[in-house]
Amino acid sequence: MTTEAAHIPVLTPDELETPPLSLQELTWRRFKRHKLAIFGTIVLVLLFFYSFGGAFFVSEDYANFNDTTISLNAPSQQHPFGTDAIGRDILARTIYGGQISLLIGMTAVIVETILGILVGALAGYYGGVVDNILMRITEAMLNIPEIFLLIVMAKFFGGKIPDISFFGRILSGSVVLIVLIIGGTAWMYLARIVRAEFLSLKERDFVLAARATGTRNIEIIFMHILPNCLAPIIVTATLGVANAILSEAYISFLGLGVQPPTATWGNMLDSANNYLESAPWLWFYPALLILLTVLSINFLGDGLRDALDPHSRTV
Amino acid sequence: MTSLLDVKDLKTRFLTPEGTVYAVNGISFHVDEGETLAVVGESGCGKSVSMLSVLQLILVPPGEIAGGVVLYRGQDLLKKSEREMEAIRGQEIAMIFQDPMTSLNPVLTIGKQITESLRVHMGMDQKSANKRAVELLEMVGISDPSHRLGDYPHLFSGGMRQRVMIAMALTCNPSLLIADEPTTALDVTIQAQIIELVIRIRQQVGMAVIWITHDLGVVAGIADRVMVMYAGFIVEEANVNALYENPRHPYTSSLLEALPRVDRRRDRRLKSIPGAPPSLLVEPHGCPFAVRCEFVIERCRTENPFLTAVGENHHNIACWVDIKTGAQR
Repeated sequence: MTTEAAHIPVLTPDELETPPLSLQELTWRRFKRHKLAIFGTIVLVLLFFYSFGGAFFVSEDYANFNDTTISLNAPSQQHPFGTDAIGRDILARTIYGGQISLLIGMTAVIVETILGILVGALAGYYGGVVDNILMRITEAMLNIPEIFLLIVMAKFFGGKIPDISFFGRILSGSVVLIVLIIGGTAWMYLARIVRAEFLSLKERDFVLAARATGTRNIEIIFMHILPNCLAPIIVTATLGVANAILSEAYISFLGLGVQPPTATWGNMLDSANNYLESAPWLWFYPALLILLTVLSINFLGDGLRDALDPHSRTV
Repeated sequence: MTSLLDVKDLKTRFLTPEGTVYAVNGISFHVDEGETLAVVGESGCGKSVSMLSVLQLILVPPGEIAGGVVLYRGQDLLKKSEREMEAIRGQEIAMIFQDPMTSLNPVLTIGKQITESLRVHMGMDQKSANKRAVELLEMVGISDPSHRLGDYPHLFSGGMRQRVMIAMALTCNPSLLIADEPTTALDVTIQAQIIELVIRIRQQVGMAVIWITHDLGVVAGIADRVMVMYAGFIVEEANVNALYENPRHPYTSSLLEALPRVDRRRDRRLKSIPGAPPSLLVEPHGCPFAVRCEFVIERCRTENPFLTAVGENHHNIACWVDIKTGAQR
């Protein structure tokens, strides 16, 4: 009886008080519980290693080197993923194509996010005529099927674009164009989300308090309100990366996207469509990589959505 | 001597889908340098809206300042552009709000929020702004202020948040502080602390205060002068002692009778005013208090009484009847 009491440690008030969890800690705790999101994150990290780390083992010249004598070879010791119609090594091309696909995915989302935030924030904050004009434009854009819009814009702005150099790589200028086109056709959902957040946040007392201290509108929008709606923006942007990669694959598949010899997972599929049955390794590897990337990003996005949602109280 | 703030015939309306809300219907008042004016009245009587109109903080649309003049140190604020008003807000006239739990931005640190107006108005760099913020937090009684600058609002209690709000309002040494029911959301002991804090700071800095409240107990402790509002009108205006000892408007006297007091017999029920304030959706016609008034006469229903002096020291009321004698004006 007496020994039992002796085992209870005496806690000082300082020890009793656990420091409150910060927002980041809470988010991380909730994210960890989401097994698929962890899986997605790991796969994504591996894919990045594959695309960017692989570049240390094979050169770009090798990826673009064609040798028609070994065209359409099945996977072998020499060429683990096989070779394409003009004898290029598919493994090397998926590595360099992955760089472009992932970069397009991310930069297109940056363009999309900037546009979406600008349109949504201005419409939501100012309301009235500004809101009306911006939202009607948004709705008009939403009404046109996205694929159609992509094709028309790619066709319209395409043509001869000078090559650009990027971190020592020479890329077809069409990469930049595709980034702008994908970003420019995907911002509407984000704009609507941001607008809705702004509509409710601008009524909050802290906005009135900020105005009462003479804060300028532009500062209220970007310093006070925007940080309060970061969570949905992060989630939408993450899922947007997957969509951008898919969009790039669509238009590259149709031959309107990034122009060869710069490889992307999308335009590798384009050259594969004549050999669907005779040389399945042509489409299998790039398609698998696209599938894995998009799936992982979607898992990650779902995990982030749950983790960042302030209403989910599960810790 | 000219007043610090002189408001004449201020009218504010809200154009809503249900119709026009007549929130403030031509009120005139003034505040002198260093004076404390209390504005009392039931909820929805236009107290907050009239003060927000002074700073042009009401949302336009649906809000609309339909008329009037707001002279601050002789300049008409209603004629100023949004840019010019930004320089006035916070620097000349500061405002604190009812609910400290929602008036601080949850995602910005306390330090960031306090130093904001220092950087905006005073053009200070972050380092000296931080130093000033620490001084201010110390002044409003936050312990260990230098460590708390990096904290987020959710780590602060209600009373402490209101102290932070007051510190924010004081950053640029305003000449006028508008306090919109700053103690309503706090419990009674914290209320007393906040009131004492404002009284102390008012004496230190020498600023004027407009204190909006519906708590007549608070008014007695803090105000020099009291203004009673009802349905967007000022119905009585007097020095604080005159108002408590000798209320002249039926509404004020009913309000005072509805107040529990230590020196009153306990076996009687507290009086309440029957009915509710009138809908502000109807254009005011006649005295707004007529339907709830025990002294009502025929004239009250057709003609709205204007504010006139009834005693010394600018004791003004808007009523057709003298409630002491029953005499009509």
